[in-house]
Amino acid sequence: MVGLNFRTAPVEVREKVSFSGEQARQAAEELRSRGILEETLVLSTCNRSEVYGVHANANHESAGALSSFLSSFHHVLPDQLNPSLYHNYDHDAVRHLFRVSAGLESMLLGEAEILGQVRDAYLRAHEDHVTGPVLNRLFQGALEIGKRVRAETELGTRPMGVASAGMKLAERIFGKLSDRSALVLGAGTISEQVVSQLRDRKIKNLYLMNRSREKAEEFARQYDGQVLEWGEWDASLKFPDVVVSAVGVQDFLVTKPMIERAMASRGNRALFLMDLGMPRNVDPAVAELYNVYLYSMEDLTEIVKQNRDARQSEVPKAESLVEDHVAKFISWQASVELTGVLETLRGSLKQRRVNFLQERLAGMNHFSAEDRERIGVMMDELIEQLLLHPAERLRAEKELRRKIQNVEAIRDLYLSDREKP
Amino acid sequence: MNHTFVILTVLAYVLSMGLYMGFLYSGKEITGRLATVLMFLGLACHYVALLGRARATHSVPYHDLQGSMSLFGWLLAVTYLCLEIYHRQRTVGAFVVPIILAFFLAASFAPDHPAPPTQAHGVIFALHVTLSILAYAGFALSCVLSLMFLAEQRLLRIRKVNEVVWRLPSLELLERMSQTSVLVGLATIGVGTALGFLAVDRQAGQHWYFDPKYIVTLVVLALYAIYVRLARTAAWRGARASRLCVFNFILVVLSFTVVNLYFSAHHKYF
Repeated sequence: MVGLNFRTAPVEVREKVSFSGEQARQAAEELRSRGILEETLVLSTCNRSEVYGVHANANHESAGALSSFLSSFHHVLPDQLNPSLYHNYDHDAVRHLFRVSAGLESMLLGEAEILGQVRDAYLRAHEDHVTGPVLNRLFQGALEIGKRVRAETELGTRPMGVASAGMKLAERIFGKLSDRSALVLGAGTISEQVVSQLRDRKIKNLYLMNRSREKAEEFARQYDGQVLEWGEWDASLKFPDVVVSAVGVQDFLVTKPMIERAMASRGNRALFLMDLGMPRNVDPAVAELYNVYLYSMEDLTEIVKQNRDARQSEVPKAESLVEDHVAKFISWQASVELTGVLETLRGSLKQRRVNFLQERLAGMNHFSAEDRERIGVMMDELIEQLLLHPAERLRAEKELRRKIQNVEAIRDLYLSDREKP
Repeated sequence: MNHTFVILTVLAYVLSMGLYMGFLYSGKEITGRLATVLMFLGLACHYVALLGRARATHSVPYHDLQGSMSLFGWLLAVTYLCLEIYHRQRTVGAFVVPIILAFFLAASFAPDHPAPPTQAHGVIFALHVTLSILAYAGFALSCVLSLMFLAEQRLLRIRKVNEVVWRLPSLELLERMSQTSVLVGLATIGVGTALGFLAVDRQAGQHWYFDPKYIVTLVVLALYAIYVRLARTAAWRGARASRLCVFNFILVVLSFTVVNLYFSAHHKYF
């Protein structure tokens, strides 16, 4: 595996080495056709670009070829690209992918989006037939660990951004937001984040209000909202269940008498106010009113901090699950490779048996052709018996497969006369 | 045999309670599912224990205090499980199962306190008692849900969002669940009370008599009806309605204890 991510490369380099869906397809094809890799898969997100591959003789040289390929494919000078690249082989590559899928390598620890991105990358590569048995198994394992970590740990459950924390709090009060209304004051970056979160939760009615009506209308077009006239507070505060304010003002924009009137006209229906303005937009005295919930930027930041700490405390649990899955993959890989070694060994022993008999029986003319054939059959039986027992144990004993991690050593030990790469 | 099922019931409820609490703390789906499975097992064993009690006393299980408490616990468990399945919400279990367990333990290990034989019997009477106890179970559940609402609302208002708050049901759902439980209680106590009058009417030679329980039951009925109405109005929805629900249940407890034991001649234990 060769790649770069937000830790190793600045955004300018990441942008250059990013793959679109079509580019990922094209790169995978080229890597296979040029013989650099036998199986291949490109994983590209806004924070990482990684190429996973399988080659019979994978080594530092093939990794170098992969780095050169990336450089030429994206027209980036090797000197510019190479310092940002990392290379992982064998078990380290497996562990890396599983950690990525679990969200342990994400910028926002435990975020769920990466699992979908891994799934999409795998499905695309699988449809294009550029993966094989190893990558299929590897990515299926990655998806499995991703789901498991999210189901069995708290890594992905708590909101990590101020906007999403606010939305989660609104859900604590109203349940699903799909049949609720929201009013967003302001049209800046923070408002946009909130609106995006509200749309993700399929908010029923989205009202927008901004001092510049033009900007509000542009915003409304983008997010399918409805623009309300700036300053018409009594009419505007009557319907929404969630009010988010992120406006740059010196005095309180939303005052207690304003909300008192609104609560009276809305029949005291619960109102959730998110004050994301700095300085504050909503008078803190509003929180004293019946059925009103007020959270300021400071409150939400504190919640996010608590959540971040809680997520961090889940990391060892998630890492332990990742290690379980890495061990499972290694065990599977060992069994596949060892089965291959045993097959090769069987072929080699049979060939040696033929040569051995020809050599030893050359001067023994008292053996008939039938006898010679019978001796050959008996020796074949002995070879089968000798190989059958380890093969069966290998199939049955997981622990044995786990122990035999260096298949290459076994291959060298028994098949030392094979061609070295 | 009965003793075995009492032990099995206690065991299942204790394990279920532990798992429900674990689920509330960890949020692990598997823990929640196991809690529900054990709750079902507890319910089945509890049922057999109730049958055993009825056989041993050659009577229905609610003719003494212990039997009534045990039946109340069982019906509370049934009501809770129906609510859990209907609303797909398990976190409430951590607060309800301890009550079920407490009633079952009190019923199983309290000294016997047999009631004087009652003249009333028959299917209508049995339904009257069962429905009345089911109503108490519904009201108890709504009280627990209202208390949960008040606690969660308080935490959200003072912005103390701890781990448990993220896992509790939303305030809106707690309100709905509480209202559902009250509606179950209202419907069953309404039908149960009507059947009670019918049972008295059908008894040969039985004359109508005054029982303070009638008044208290009608007051409880009226107060819960008011709760259902007010909980949907502007001024009362939310915390005020929940406080009223808790207040109503305090009246139910008074009716179940003080009124039954000291004022009512015919409703000693239900």
